[in-house]
Amino acid sequence: MSILIDKNTKVITQGITGKTGQFHTRMGKEYANGKQCYVAGVTPKKGGQSFEGIPIYETVKEAKAATGATVSVIYVPPPFAAAAIDEAVDADLDLVICITDGVPVRDMLRTKYRMQGRKTRLIGPNCPGVITPDEIKIGIMPGHIHRKGPIGVVSRSGTLTYEAVGQLTAVGLGQSSCVGTGGDPVNGMKHIDVLKLFNDDPETEGVVMVGEIGGTDEEEAARWVKAHMRKPVVGFIAGVTAPPGKRMGHAGAIISGGKGTAAEKLSVMEECGIKVTRNPADMGKLMKSVLK
Amino acid sequence: MKIHEYQAKEILRKFGVPTPRGIACFTVDEAVQAAEKLGGSVWVVKAQIHAGGRGKGGGVKVAKSRDEVRSHAAAILGMQLKTHQTGPEGQKVRRLLIEEGADIRKELYLGMVVDRGSQRVVLMASSEGGMDIEEVAAHTPEKIHKIAIDPKTGLTDADAEGIARKIGIPQAALAQARDLFKSLYRAFDETDSSLLEVNPLIVTGDEKVVALDAKINFDDNALFRHPELVALRDLDEENPAEIEASKFDLAYIELDGDIGCLVNGAGLAMATMDIIKLYGGSPANFLDVGGGASAEKVTEAFKIMLKNQNLKAILVNIFGGIMKCDVIAEGVVTAARQVSLKVPLVVRLEGTNVDLGKKILAESGLPIISASNMADAAEKVVKAISGEKP
Repeated sequence: MSILIDKNTKVITQGITGKTGQFHTRMGKEYANGKQCYVAGVTPKKGGQSFEGIPIYETVKEAKAATGATVSVIYVPPPFAAAAIDEAVDADLDLVICITDGVPVRDMLRTKYRMQGRKTRLIGPNCPGVITPDEIKIGIMPGHIHRKGPIGVVSRSGTLTYEAVGQLTAVGLGQSSCVGTGGDPVNGMKHIDVLKLFNDDPETEGVVMVGEIGGTDEEEAARWVKAHMRKPVVGFIAGVTAPPGKRMGHAGAIISGGKGTAAEKLSVMEECGIKVTRNPADMGKLMKSVLK
Repeated sequence: MKIHEYQAKEILRKFGVPTPRGIACFTVDEAVQAAEKLGGSVWVVKAQIHAGGRGKGGGVKVAKSRDEVRSHAAAILGMQLKTHQTGPEGQKVRRLLIEEGADIRKELYLGMVVDRGSQRVVLMASSEGGMDIEEVAAHTPEKIHKIAIDPKTGLTDADAEGIARKIGIPQAALAQARDLFKSLYRAFDETDSSLLEVNPLIVTGDEKVVALDAKINFDDNALFRHPELVALRDLDEENPAEIEASKFDLAYIELDGDIGCLVNGAGLAMATMDIIKLYGGSPANFLDVGGGASAEKVTEAFKIMLKNQNLKAILVNIFGGIMKCDVIAEGVVTAARQVSLKVPLVVRLEGTNVDLGKKILAESGLPIISASNMADAAEKVVKAISGEKP
């Protein structure tokens, strides 16, 4: 088991003919069971062509009908990314993972509105993607740092997720699935949604939750953990030293009106029984100490 | 992206929001002429900088004669205006807004932001205008009223009127307030704003509702479809190093410490700052070179960091991932040579081809201190500054 995706998942790449889409589809194909997983691409006006043996379709609906794919990954440029999500939602896919960085917030507000009551789950935008080690990799993360195992990882950031994964692997803890939810203020699944899935996944024995300043996602997740989580959760929050009012790279990573500080998040997490570390080099060690 | 008050008011007027008449000025003479042109007997001389809290800092003055307009304009133009948002060095005032005086009966607050929680645009309004709204939120949260706006219908008549009543808009002005709120939402939506604040929103003696102040921030991700808004950018208001960084698609923010950090990815960049602090150092900047850093970007990043006079050491923390460590190492070596680096440089590389990367650093002949993980890197860079041999 794992969450969201496994070796039997069939994936459509939306924006497969762009440079980024090509590169990461190739990397995904080369990872574990990727050859069986990446079954279709979508690029308007390029239907009927193919990319390294993967057939390209005009629309997500056609790609789904022809291949039975249930998941898509989006690499289309920012101005068209929200419309690409809309298309995947309209095709009733189970999951859409939007990697694209720089999507206008207004577009995402409308897309989130359209998604109400629909079955499709969204991860991202502006995220590294999802990986189930030794089975399938959808996104831009480096596959080789991962090992199969019992730890779930959820994070808003990209390279900081790799850092957590690298540490887990180094202390001998493999991962069930790793999910990067993305750094944008209006996006798909939040920490809490991913934690719920890890809680129900028999293969996951503990979770590393990596957060950052801005918003209240981590606090909401922590409260849920306190009430429902049956597995140990450890956490780290980036941005203890970030000054208020400054956007730290991610549009969502900003302390505004005294809210969303790392200190506040850490204290709520601790209150809710989550073991936290203030040292980003100790995430792996902390997880290991909690499991024993 | 931020803009000035006078620019924000011009935008609001286009959407039918009443504001006082005003003229933007760059010199004292222009300010006096503006007062003459506006007529009347009371004017407000307002410093135009991007930071808030201008009134408390002495950047907003009422003038009751043209001589007073002249003296206030002379005092404010060129001053280093210090507010709680500018930092201790303040911000130089280069532009003024001369406005007709307003007959204020009531000061209210109105703001709109994109709210992460509800994933909607949220309108916030309060009867406590003119004050620091964060103070109001902290001490009397019951005085702040909020509505999450449905993106399909926009702000409805009922919601707009409901909130107008809650913040004490008099009966006679309700219809006008309703239309004004709806116009503000349209302005927010159509300009891809991320924040819009009118503080204060006033009710005048003759029961008109007017936006006496205006602040708008735009979503940087949407600027590609608003060239007219990009034209309003005032580079004088931004940190020169941050402007330079943005040209190379680097996210750079100057801080007050002395250890420069060059990192790929925003989350890891923040974590790197944090771990420097944890080991007793102080970060000189936030710098995210992006997930896929190129050699050219790394070189530019070095140049930008080195412009900071306080810089005493540099920590490079790259989690290679898809980017190969040997490529990054080449970039670091090239950059260090190009800028003839004088300060200690600690490099932590992780990911694909890490051994090759470390070999390149070691064989470069440069005094690069190699670190095996984040903690090791932080410890070494802090020691390097204190003069201890790492």
